[in-house]
Amino acid sequence: MAKLFAIVMAVITLVSVWIFVAHTWWFPTVASEHGVDMDHQFKETFIAAGFAFLVSQLGLATFVWKYADRGDNRKIRIFPGGARWLIILSLIFVGSEVFALEFVGQKVWSAMYFKKAPQDSLRVQVLGGQFAFYFRYPGPDNKFAPIHVDKIDEGTQNYFGLDKSSDEEAKDDVVTASLAVPINRPVELLLEAKDVGHAFYVRELRIQQDLVPGMEIAVHFLPTRLGKFEVVCTQLCGLGHYNMRAYVEVMTQENFDKWLADQVSQQ
Amino acid sequence: MSDGVTPVVHHAHAPTSFIRRYVFSLDHKVIGQQYYMLALFSVFIGMLLSWLVRIHLVWAKFPIPLISHLSPNGAPGGVITPEYYLSLLTLHGTLMVFFVLTTAPQSGFGNYILPIQIGAEDMAFPTLNMLSFWTTFVALVVLVSTFFVKDGPPISGWTAYPPLSAIGGDAGPGLSLGQDLWAISIALFCIGSLMGALNFIVTTLDMRCRGMLLSRMPLSTWGWLITAVLALLSFAVLFAACILLILDRNAGTSFFIPGGLIVSEKIQPHSGGSPLLWQHLFWFFGHPEVYIAIVPGWGIISQILPVFARKPILGYKVILGCLGSIAGLSFMVWGHHMFVSGMSPYSGFLFSVPTLIITLPATIMTLLWLGTVWGGKLRLTTSMLFALAFISVFVTGGLGGMFLAQPSLDIYLHATYFVVGHFHMVMGVAAIFAMLAGTYFWYPKMFGRMLNETLGKIHFWITFVGVYAIFMPMHFLGLAGNVRRYSEFTDDFLQPLIPVHKFITVCALAVGATQFIFLFNVFWSMLKGEKAPDNPWDATSLEWSIPSPPPFDNFDGKHPVVYRGPNEYGTPSGEKDFEMQATPPAEIQRRTI
Amino acid sequence: MRTTHVQYAAKAFVLAGAFAVITLHSAATLAAASGTISGTIKVDGTVPKGKAIDMSKEPSCAAKHPTPITTEQVMAGTGGNTLENVVVYISAGLQGSNFPMRTEPVTIEQNGCQYKPHMIVLQVNEDMKVVNSDQTSHNIHPMPKQNTEWNKSQPAGAPPIDAKFTTQEVGIPVKCNIHPWMRSYISVFNHPFFAVSDKDGKFTIKNVPPGTYTVSSWQETLGTQTTQVTVAAGQTAAATFTYKTR
Repeated sequence: MAKLFAIVMAVITLVSVWIFVAHTWWFPTVASEHGVDMDHQFKETFIAAGFAFLVSQLGLATFVWKYADRGDNRKIRIFPGGARWLIILSLIFVGSEVFALEFVGQKVWSAMYFKKAPQDSLRVQVLGGQFAFYFRYPGPDNKFAPIHVDKIDEGTQNYFGLDKSSDEEAKDDVVTASLAVPINRPVELLLEAKDVGHAFYVRELRIQQDLVPGMEIAVHFLPTRLGKFEVVCTQLCGLGHYNMRAYVEVMTQENFDKWLADQVSQQ
Repeated sequence: MSDGVTPVVHHAHAPTSFIRRYVFSLDHKVIGQQYYMLALFSVFIGMLLSWLVRIHLVWAKFPIPLISHLSPNGAPGGVITPEYYLSLLTLHGTLMVFFVLTTAPQSGFGNYILPIQIGAEDMAFPTLNMLSFWTTFVALVVLVSTFFVKDGPPISGWTAYPPLSAIGGDAGPGLSLGQDLWAISIALFCIGSLMGALNFIVTTLDMRCRGMLLSRMPLSTWGWLITAVLALLSFAVLFAACILLILDRNAGTSFFIPGGLIVSEKIQPHSGGSPLLWQHLFWFFGHPEVYIAIVPGWGIISQILPVFARKPILGYKVILGCLGSIAGLSFMVWGHHMFVSGMSPYSGFLFSVPTLIITLPATIMTLLWLGTVWGGKLRLTTSMLFALAFISVFVTGGLGGMFLAQPSLDIYLHATYFVVGHFHMVMGVAAIFAMLAGTYFWYPKMFGRMLNETLGKIHFWITFVGVYAIFMPMHFLGLAGNVRRYSEFTDDFLQPLIPVHKFITVCALAVGATQFIFLFNVFWSMLKGEKAPDNPWDATSLEWSIPSPPPFDNFDGKHPVVYRGPNEYGTPSGEKDFEMQATPPAEIQRRTI
Repeated sequence: MRTTHVQYAAKAFVLAGAFAVITLHSAATLAAASGTISGTIKVDGTVPKGKAIDMSKEPSCAAKHPTPITTEQVMAGTGGNTLENVVVYISAGLQGSNFPMRTEPVTIEQNGCQYKPHMIVLQVNEDMKVVNSDQTSHNIHPMPKQNTEWNKSQPAGAPPIDAKFTTQEVGIPVKCNIHPWMRSYISVFNHPFFAVSDKDGKFTIKNVPPGTYTVSSWQETLGTQTTQVTVAAGQTAAATFTYKTR
């Protein structure tokens, strides 16, 4: 029984570690600037956690095998030094790792949230509602017209409740069902929700932020890779939660200008 | 009856009527078993729900037999609708977290064993004890009734975030009467828990027999005491939150609902509230709650390991310090559930500090358990196997927490299967393993019979390998960006991960089926199991000094006196390698002469 | 004995035959005694083009439309001066209330994340079937003012949903809870005298008892218009509606 326990534990431990190391199921390739730092922090954490995992699981396996009662007259042995060295070991190793992760690791967090978006960011408003995302570009005046909740009409595609007849700023607002951004230019997303809580998650861009009704939350990033990525909702919002998605496409500046012009013509 | 020191509880004679003995009993042992059976019932329903969830994820079109009779709307032709999937998920979480993990570990085992371990005849307030069980029972009935209301059970998850949970039927199906009943059920549950917490604290502090100093209490008793303090301080907050939710839904208030909302083309008549308020209230309770689920387990494991390693627990006082500091820290970390919620990012950073610091006492405890195993003479009974496996799965689950505690990493991992894998590993596996270790350990005392060890070992091996097969892959899925609470994976991104989900589903069905072996063992052994001696495991704490099963008033009218702590293992005196807490020194002298 | 059986059978046969003749005669009489209302919905002015619908969030539906479909608020019929999808119905002048139930099946199909047809017309208590022909789940959600509001999920491959409405109501908006761009309208009448203009802008209402009636047309953004018609037995009465657009 002891041997079986040890072997089973060793197999589980080694297979698990192998799957992580082999990247069998892994992060999609990163597409943003802060994402690179995030991946680096992940790597550090993997090494620390992996080490702790291997030592503790294989340690347990070894102890169970070695110290099973085999019916002999062996005396029990108290761990040398009692609890003292284990406490010191924990404080040093775990303490320093925790310290490192906490303070070095807040670099990504502060870049995303303590620092404001650069002045020349492309601003796009994102409106989440059961069960789709819609986007609004502010147009040449770089202003977003107010949302008139009583004018929201999905049947006529007036998702943002714009009143183009009386709001000047609404006239150049561009409403789309897909998000496009030019590569290597900072983007600031202004996230809003019109009915219940939603969230905005793009794995490749390494961004995730809840959309909270009653709040406008800003998130900024710098896309660094061309491609079309999924935007999915990650905050349970009702029966269609699994189906709430849009696409964000990172394009060259030239293609982006063409795309935006095309969207303007469809308003 | 009184010896002038130990407080005496009033009931002197066992009740004779069936109702007073088995239904409205005041006996902590009966109440403990009632809680345990309630948890057992809930865990099997919860497991069934998880089967439906897992089957739907990978074989959505397969018509599941019988379910269309339970809910013609929810599963027409046996195919589960998106909202019914979320209902099943919500009830699964609610049943498991509240009616399994907050009952069995604390009110099940604690009620039965704690008074005996401290040398008392019963809990301080037996009537309050009975009321706490029946309140919990009514809460369960109210929760299960949501399956039978017209609009079905709630779909907003066990976390019930507003505005979704607060707006009512405009926000979609599954948010009408079922959601109100959910809030009522949880509010009732809170009341039951608070009653229990009060009872545990008073009993442990006031009802200890002579010689049972606090420093001589078994660690399992300490676990129950600390858990009761956690419960006393946190359940009141959840109760308040549920009342506010009920008011928002029915009385036109706007605690959680801001103005200007348009839901399904209807402008909502609320304004001024904040969805984040619910999250703060809920998680202020919710984080201590997960420690309420695991601390009794830590206590039980710290109790069981020395018995089957035949050596004292390493660092009794240090473990106490760890339990206490984790309990204290648990009230400071709730914001780590809210890193990307829209809460101030500065708060997010501040919450991550104590969250990572909790790693320290958790690591120390783990090393102390490993240090207890080291150098022991391990008796690998089923109970011990589950206790050893507990260490393994707790480490695995805890290491997942190391990732999630960092806000920068949580940006990516929040709401993915990584989180699902993490909390199942610590709560759905580790806490349950502690319960199973405790069951195999205390069953002989409770029922006077031994559980079948062969069936126990089969149960153990399939379950141990199986839970790793189910929940370790969820971590990989999370890294790949698999979002949680999705009823279907319809897009290109998640298609390559479906084979992993199929593997998980098959393992989940197999492990689930194995639990019926355990269930059979529990009930069959009550009638046909080998008769149990008073102390089958050669353990030292007070419950092993009385008959199996115990007499009505535990100590048969006598008042035990305790002479030493519970850790006298590996200290040979005569032929035995242990010394029980209640053995008088005179008797030891007699033996060694 | 056998003879008696044959006699009974013969009697039954004759009775059945007589019954059939009488029924057919009544129907024919009825038909001969009723008229038709027919006409065109005209539009004066330009019909705004629909906006393209971006279905990228539902790839399985987007794939069914190589050229994106457009919104259907106002649908021009052939010739550019007629309107499709306008509901026409008798709104006043009918005697009695016991009208025969129509027998044509009413189906609303969810196909390519679009409701087909866009305008559904049916009688009070007439059975309507909702069918999902897509790979995705839909959740059909009519939002009436007089009838009871309901919604129902229909996963791909689920059986058709049966629904009926109990009160007359024109222009009940229908949306899909999962796909926000989906729109259709249901109009329920307590008589069988209604129609929807086709792609040529034409409509026909058959089997109308002779009499003078108010006939109304309803367009989802342009509203209601009325006209008077007199129906004579065996004849077709003309009714034309003209909507103005800016």
